[in-house]
Amino acid sequence: MKAVCWMGKKQMEVQTVDDPRILNPRDCIVRITSTAICGSDLHLYDGYIPTMMKGDILGHEFMGEVVEIGSAVKKIKVGDRVVVPFTISCGGCHHCSRQEWSCCDNTNPNGALVEALYGYGGAALYGYSHMMGGYAGGQAQYARVPFADVGPIKIEIDIPDEKVLFLSDVFPTGYMAAENCNIERGRSTVAVWGCGPVGQFAIRSAFLLGAAKVIAIDNEPERLHMAEEAGAIGLNDEDDDMLDRLKTLTGGRGPDAAIDAVGMEAHGSTYDNVKQTLKLENDRPFALRQAMRAVRKGGTLSVPGVYSGFVDKIPFGAAFSKGVTMKMGQTHTQRYLRPLLDMIEAGQIDPSFVVTHRVPLTRAPEAYATFAEKKDGCIKVVLDPSC
Amino acid sequence: MPTPNSLKRNIPSHPPTGIASRKGLAPSKIVVTGDKGVKVSRSVTVQKPARPLYAFWRNLENLPQVIKHPVTITVRSPIESHWSVSAPGDRSVEWDALIINDEPDRLIAWRSREASEIANAGTVRFEPAPGDEGTEVTVTLEYNPPGGKAGAALAKLSGEEAGQQVGEMLRRFKALMEAGEIPTTEGQSVGAPQRKNQQ
Ligand SMILES: NC(=O)c1ccc[n+]([C@@H]2O[C@H](COP(=O)([O-])OP(=O)(O)OC[C@H]3O[C@@H](n4cnc5c(N)ncnc54)[C@H](O)[C@@H]3O)[C@@H](O)[C@H]2O)c1
Ligand SMILES: [Zn+2]
Ligand SMILES: [Zn+2]
Repeated sequence: MKAVCWMGKKQMEVQTVDDPRILNPRDCIVRITSTAICGSDLHLYDGYIPTMMKGDILGHEFMGEVVEIGSAVKKIKVGDRVVVPFTISCGGCHHCSRQEWSCCDNTNPNGALVEALYGYGGAALYGYSHMMGGYAGGQAQYARVPFADVGPIKIEIDIPDEKVLFLSDVFPTGYMAAENCNIERGRSTVAVWGCGPVGQFAIRSAFLLGAAKVIAIDNEPERLHMAEEAGAIGLNDEDDDMLDRLKTLTGGRGPDAAIDAVGMEAHGSTYDNVKQTLKLENDRPFALRQAMRAVRKGGTLSVPGVYSGFVDKIPFGAAFSKGVTMKMGQTHTQRYLRPLLDMIEAGQIDPSFVVTHRVPLTRAPEAYATFAEKKDGCIKVVLDPSC
Repeated sequence: MPTPNSLKRNIPSHPPTGIASRKGLAPSKIVVTGDKGVKVSRSVTVQKPARPLYAFWRNLENLPQVIKHPVTITVRSPIESHWSVSAPGDRSVEWDALIINDEPDRLIAWRSREASEIANAGTVRFEPAPGDEGTEVTVTLEYNPPGGKAGAALAKLSGEEAGQQVGEMLRRFKALMEAGEIPTTEGQSVGAPQRKNQQ
């Protein structure tokens, strides 16, 4: 089969590799019909995630048809059309039984590696470094999906791939980010840093959860425009008086909740650019610092943006003295599959709004560059593995 | 199950401590002779009652499933087993082990027979976790790093490494008990240059 492989920083390559096979009794094999590139993949592309190896198959947002099942798979059948959540979870551990799917204890074969860094390791992820499990990803024609009965959700109605594909990650991620904001219906103002796909879904989810006002922050005109289409107020992050403008927009109180949907590669700070390049800092937390200072007293900081290690000059005192609640983490994807699919089926949201580029899988390397450089109005790329 | 008499016959110089008494608390320490002993202890909580966990462990021939390093365990009697651990250079390090304490659903303790190449002893304990949260499983392992060839072969297994191996064993045990399988990526699709190495 064809698969997108990581060959080093800014070097993606489409290779012909062996088709996946069942390795464990609870596995299934999915023939992929649609797969996407995520902002998280850009952290790999830019070489900021440790423990990648040349030849690793990328991709964690995919869906398709089940073509083979392992001996212990009971619910999923050959022929089922499924969307696969990016978090690989066992369904049987303490965390899975509490719906904390991204904290699963039992799916990372390299758990010891993460433990050494973070104290404890969570769920493995597809195509996201050896530290995160080393599983082959879904930017390919087929993928091996462990715990087939726990993750994949069946799509039983006739609906195009693009409307359900983002259940695999960015829709639940934006939704959980908004849910973490403790939104009070008709009262809360939510400020969202980053208007990539995660930010876009966070903005729409905040409105679905009843936010009175959403302020969207980015410097890409197309992305701000897409946010404004959802009803948000756009702010350019390059404005010098950004924090003052946020105050003015909130009657001097500040936003009740701040979402950092930017993560470790924020632009805007030369200090962090230099330190990250010299590997003196893992992450560039510019948006995180702003969000921490901007949020109101007693407010909530919700962080879906990915951070990998040590960050500098975090204004912890600001968070402390304002009594801020912080919520963060990889998305508990499985928790949101059913409720969000119901919302899609009920017509409350059509996630395909975010797609700007559709390209054959074979052109993935250029698509990565286009998405990374935000060329050509690129916000979300869907890859077609059939050609 | 063996009677106390048969036990005595099997282990003339080391009478079993508590194997016949199901009630008595197990000794908290197992002592390996000599003062160079390495001791490691690791714990994991498994979302299962003690019974199936103990049952898995008590059948020692199950253990190679959860020990990552290649090892063969042959059970010779209810309390005797033979262990063979592969070592570098087509070698193996072998010893005979005896179960010296066995409290169903609570504890198993073992030690190597005298004159083993690598003197070792250990316990595994099963204790209820607070609040109906399954079972806390704690393994304690003690051994004397041997001298000579076996020592060279097993030098790797000392100190922190031994702790990592026990930790890995518990991680795999937990996955097998809770998820029904041990996670793996061995044999999955992969691009070059890893693909070449795999073939
Ligand atoms: N928590 C999870 O489980 C999870 C899941 C998916 C993605 N993510 C993470 O979410 C983040 C966003 O993902 P995405 O797919 O939307 O990525 P993306 O790269 O498309 O979007 C990031 C956006 O942030 C903007 N930005 C950069 N610096 C900024 C600043 N200082 N202020 C305001 N905006 C700024 C960029 O212009 C861009 O539009 C990434 O870190 C990604 O890894 C997390
Ligand atoms: Zn993603
Ligand atoms: Zn789990």
